[in-house]
Amino acid sequence: MALIDDMRKGSRLALSRVLTLVENASPTGQAALNQLFPYTGKAHKIGITGPPGSGKSTLVNKLAHQLRLNEPAAKVAIIAVDPTSPFTGGAILGDRVRMLALQNDPMVFIRSMASRGALGGLATATQALSQVFDAAGYDYILIETVGAGQSEVDIVNLAHTTIVVDVPGLGDDIQSIKAGILEIADILVVNKADHPGADQSTRYLRSMIRMGHRTSSPSYGKHALKEWQEPEPKENEPEKELEPDWLPPVMKTIATDGTGIMEVVEKIQNHRSWLEKTGNWEKKDAFILREVVKKMVTASLVSKFEAEVPEDEIERLLSDVNRRKVSPSEAATQLVAYNRTGINPHLSE
Amino acid sequence: MTEKKIRVLIAKPGLDGHDRGAKVVARALRDDGMEVIYTGLRQTPEMISEAALQEDVDVIGLSILSGAHNALVPQIIRKVRENGQNEVIIFVGGIIPEDDIQGLLDAGVFKIYGPGTDTRQVSREIREAVQAATLVD
Ligand SMILES: Nc1nc2c(ncn2[C@@H]2O[C@H](COP(=O)(O)OP(=O)(O)OP(=O)(O)O)[C@@H](O)[C@H]2O)c(=O)[nH]1
Ligand SMILES: [Mg+2]
Repeated sequence: MALIDDMRKGSRLALSRVLTLVENASPTGQAALNQLFPYTGKAHKIGITGPPGSGKSTLVNKLAHQLRLNEPAAKVAIIAVDPTSPFTGGAILGDRVRMLALQNDPMVFIRSMASRGALGGLATATQALSQVFDAAGYDYILIETVGAGQSEVDIVNLAHTTIVVDVPGLGDDIQSIKAGILEIADILVVNKADHPGADQSTRYLRSMIRMGHRTSSPSYGKHALKEWQEPEPKENEPEKELEPDWLPPVMKTIATDGTGIMEVVEKIQNHRSWLEKTGNWEKKDAFILREVVKKMVTASLVSKFEAEVPEDEIERLLSDVNRRKVSPSEAATQLVAYNRTGINPHLSE
Repeated sequence: MTEKKIRVLIAKPGLDGHDRGAKVVARALRDDGMEVIYTGLRQTPEMISEAALQEDVDVIGLSILSGAHNALVPQIIRKVRENGQNEVIIFVGGIIPEDDIQGLLDAGVFKIYGPGTDTRQVSREIREAVQAATLVD
């Protein structure tokens, strides 16, 4: 594909076009992804999530700038996801407004994405876009999720390093982010530290982290909050070099003026070294790819089903369900069987 | 979802500090199902063409009140075309004196929408133009 060659040679127009093809899940886009896949696996993917308005875009702007200062040869991509309106299917993508300072740096490429109906804080194609950037030689890929704060945790299925952004709460126990999203943090940032209550929030989050501190083998994707327990010293066991644990640091920043940004970038690099030293980089990569394949299997089964089972068959069975003649589970079984054998479930009875 | 979404960049070149009109258009296009990338105030032609390139938009809407349209608009069009985005549709919203309109259209502007234009007309016309451009492809 000529477009791919141009992209690999550094054409930003080609890159942009490939991103569109991939985002629209067109057959050409899928072919492009297949062709690009062997070149992926090098980029450090960093997720930034947190409540709406907490300063994610402003922070991403400053983080990208700092990464570029530290490594003048590094290319930085930014994927910023904003929500699609469920009523109109349209979206206003406004994250770029906070990233104007990066606009004239040819080593930075910012792409806005609408969530297009996907829940979980990302768009369905966000992972695929990150692969395109990876194959195009971008060293860092910063991914800003939809303003979240509750259950939008899909970013852990994609990023090597997840940064959760919070802002000072109004009191000790009033936090805008929920415990569930704390669990996914590799780094916690209390942004807007120029607002009152930043120290309290920091202390509070530190104690939450210590309480829920996950033990040495991270269970990617389902970070259960565990009761903190001192590990029992085992008497007869030989002294074993334990895999050092990653305790998520809590950092204060003022993203608008850059305070604390250098320190956050340092933690990002520390986290990367930790991932690499402990073998968790490979584990994480394998986990991410496993999730990608699983999602694709599901998606292609669904579209195969939709292509094979006629709409009116589904409707007929659904009306049987409505009249309580067939249970939902029986209906599902029959529809799937129809899919496999092509036998009309009504005739096979 | 394989349906192609129309992507629009709404930008405000020049130094005047009002973006109410730009935001109204952005919302109207969003409400018509488009994906609108909003870049805010005081954009230079370089910033606008660069954003249009990175976002691979189908349409650029320029909101201009400052009177600097004769200088800015042709410059933006030239940069966008230099980047290889030949098919991107560029429209202008704002106050443009009668005498300047033909010049801008000759420079490659698709349409000029004055204050008080029905936003539904804007969105219908750019949708038709994008569809026509895609058919030609
Ligand atoms: N005082 C103060 N304001 C900040 C700080 N960081 C960001 N802001 C402001 O907070 C507002 C929201 O910032 P954004 O960066 O757009 O926040 P966001 O989390 O990306 O917002 P969404 O993408 O809409 O969820 C803007 O007006 C920023 O200027 C900070 O450290 N201190
Ligand atoms: Mg944002």
